[in-house]
Amino acid sequence: MADIQVLVKELVNKYGTKREALIPILQGVVASERYLSSEAMIEIAKELDISAAEVYGTATFYSFLETVPRGKYVIRICRTIVCEMNGKKDVLKILEEILKIKVGETTMDKKFSLLETNCIGWCHQGPAMLINDEVYSQLTSDKVREIIQDYIRNK
Amino acid sequence: MENLINLTIDGIDVQVERGKSILEAAKIANVRIPTLCHHDDLCVAGNCRVCVVEVIGRPRLEASCAVPAEDGMKVLTSTPKVRTARKDIVSLLVAEHNTQCTTCYRSTNCELQSLSAEYNIDNDDYISVLKPQKPIDKSSWSVEKDDSKCVRCQRCVRTCAELQHVNALTASGKGNHMKISTFLELPMNDVVCTNCGQCITHCPTGALTERRYYSDIWEAIGDPTKHVIINTAPSVRVGLGEMLGFPIGTRVTGKMVTALKKMGFDSVLDTDFTADLTIIEEGSEFLQRLEDALVHKKQVALPMLTSCSPGWVKFIEHMYPNHLDHLSTCKSPQQMFGALAKTYYAEKMGIKPENIVSVAGMPCAAKKFEANRPEMKSSGYQDVDCGLTTRELGHMIKQSGLDFTNLQESHFDSLMGESTGAAVIFGATGGVMEAALRTVYELITGRPVPFENLNIVPVRGLEGIKEASVKLENCLPKYSFLEGVEARFAVAHGLKNARIIMDQIAKGESPYHFIEVMACPGGCIGGGGQPIPTNNAIRRKRIEAIYAEDEGLAKRKSHDNEELKKLYQDFLKEPLGHKSHKLLHTKYRKRNRY
Repeated sequence: MADIQVLVKELVNKYGTKREALIPILQGVVASERYLSSEAMIEIAKELDISAAEVYGTATFYSFLETVPRGKYVIRICRTIVCEMNGKKDVLKILEEILKIKVGETTMDKKFSLLETNCIGWCHQGPAMLINDEVYSQLTSDKVREIIQDYIRNK
Repeated sequence: MENLINLTIDGIDVQVERGKSILEAAKIANVRIPTLCHHDDLCVAGNCRVCVVEVIGRPRLEASCAVPAEDGMKVLTSTPKVRTARKDIVSLLVAEHNTQCTTCYRSTNCELQSLSAEYNIDNDDYISVLKPQKPIDKSSWSVEKDDSKCVRCQRCVRTCAELQHVNALTASGKGNHMKISTFLELPMNDVVCTNCGQCITHCPTGALTERRYYSDIWEAIGDPTKHVIINTAPSVRVGLGEMLGFPIGTRVTGKMVTALKKMGFDSVLDTDFTADLTIIEEGSEFLQRLEDALVHKKQVALPMLTSCSPGWVKFIEHMYPNHLDHLSTCKSPQQMFGALAKTYYAEKMGIKPENIVSVAGMPCAAKKFEANRPEMKSSGYQDVDCGLTTRELGHMIKQSGLDFTNLQESHFDSLMGESTGAAVIFGATGGVMEAALRTVYELITGRPVPFENLNIVPVRGLEGIKEASVKLENCLPKYSFLEGVEARFAVAHGLKNARIIMDQIAKGESPYHFIEVMACPGGCIGGGGQPIPTNNAIRRKRIEAIYAEDEGLAKRKSHDNEELKKLYQDFLKEPLGHKSHKLLHTKYRKRNRY
């Protein structure tokens, strides 16, 4: 069995094969593989006895269920209004400068992907961003530079 | 009567069962509420909001399709607030729509266009936010997908899931980015689509249409070196009238034949001829399987499944690839016709097969795919050059400038134009089974099938799965091995019901000997190539017309077809013989489910 089959099988054993198991299984695959490959989605469809299109439709609905390969660290900068008003644009500019990629892209070394996200609930400390599951708030140009340099050097 | 509730709609008192929607109550009160995402065949979606109404005492407008009627409710369907909201809703839909209606195939038969006309939408209120156009997906032989005309009502997604249990289509993304997709946005030809075309007949706009080939046919008709022949399926004659000004369920057989002759087809023939042939071949195959099982104790796949419906055939190839041996090896009537057109017909008429253009007028989208299957070249040429839908034929008749209503009636040409009532009923669910029984029972016992006036009523109608059984007694000596056998039959239509039948077979629990399956709900009369709209009320009327056509014919059993007898005498020699095997039978292939 291929690795992905083993992984999906493990998740199915844990969550079952009912329709409501789909999202936890998708999350489980993303947690371990960082994205849902077509092989993974087909494998899940087989196990749950649903169509591959249904798995794809569900996966694409949720922002955190990636269907394309991303970098090791996915940076998601909040694009909603409070962060926008608190200087998100400058932060994004610095990120693009340092990483040399635009929103939606991944660095050549596959270390970082840069995405926008809807509100992550840190409006009181905006602008804010996520790097994988870690929240960084009250961002300034200097702070962002420091954070990214730290990831580049130490992670 | 606790289950009944009373409400008023626009001041009209109406009583409905608890649980019915406001929209259903309005129908009973004879109040028309416009809809778009709603379809009688499908579950409620409530996503377009076109059907909003005011409910007195409630602060917001309610979507009448999705909100249940309540006791004492007072509903207003045409207030200034409602009309303004509806106009805004339709305007927003139009703003993201490719409004090149003049060049759209669905123009004058489009629900968005009608709504836009009704509410007099002008583009001054909302600027166009049409997304940059992606190329139209023309990868499939049968279905074209143009996202620029999609209103995202998801009727196609619900059709593919609820009616057909195929789920080739899904909604991907969300909000502004939501779109109708396949798995990984793959082209339609590369996914599990069965080509049934039900998504097309349920699409309110021109986003999903059949791939059209009628221009090629006009060209062929205009080419003096080509001998262009057309055969038309039973359901075309009871559906075509809907496109040409006749009430639903009108039989236009004679006028259709005249129109096709006047349009320049060199010969206008009847698919029913090969439907009768299908019965002889398939009936013989069924008896052969029974004999192999009962007398020779061979391992034979039973129940046997019919194979006339190409959408169904592709469904089983995708979904149950390990059970293909249950399918009859008989080609569909369309393909039998094509194979004979370029052999038997060519020979008899003294025409070179390479000069024959063989066209099939079908109620079907999947027939286009079927005609292009690589297996379908047994005459040495592509057996069927082109499959046209009933809708395409309707368009061609309009283009030809004929006064269809006042045309004289005429008969199909010969050779291969004779048909019996048994062939006509192929168009309705249960028809193939009924036709087969009329012949097979008589072959076994020498007596007509024991149903009044040959009408095998248990297999008729719109119930999803129908059953019948016949006890075989006093069999002819050749079939003495069947003496006392209770033969059990089933009929399923709509691929949702086909799945139930197949799950039984896969588990080894099927109690039947012979099963008819049609991909489309209602059978071919509800096919993906039939006039739009289709719903159960329309299906019933088309089915009535089919049985009326059957009752009106002098011969109602396939084995009584004189031209068919001559075909066997002069050419095929015997059912399941060498030539039949080469021309009329086929093989199936395993396809991927994902």
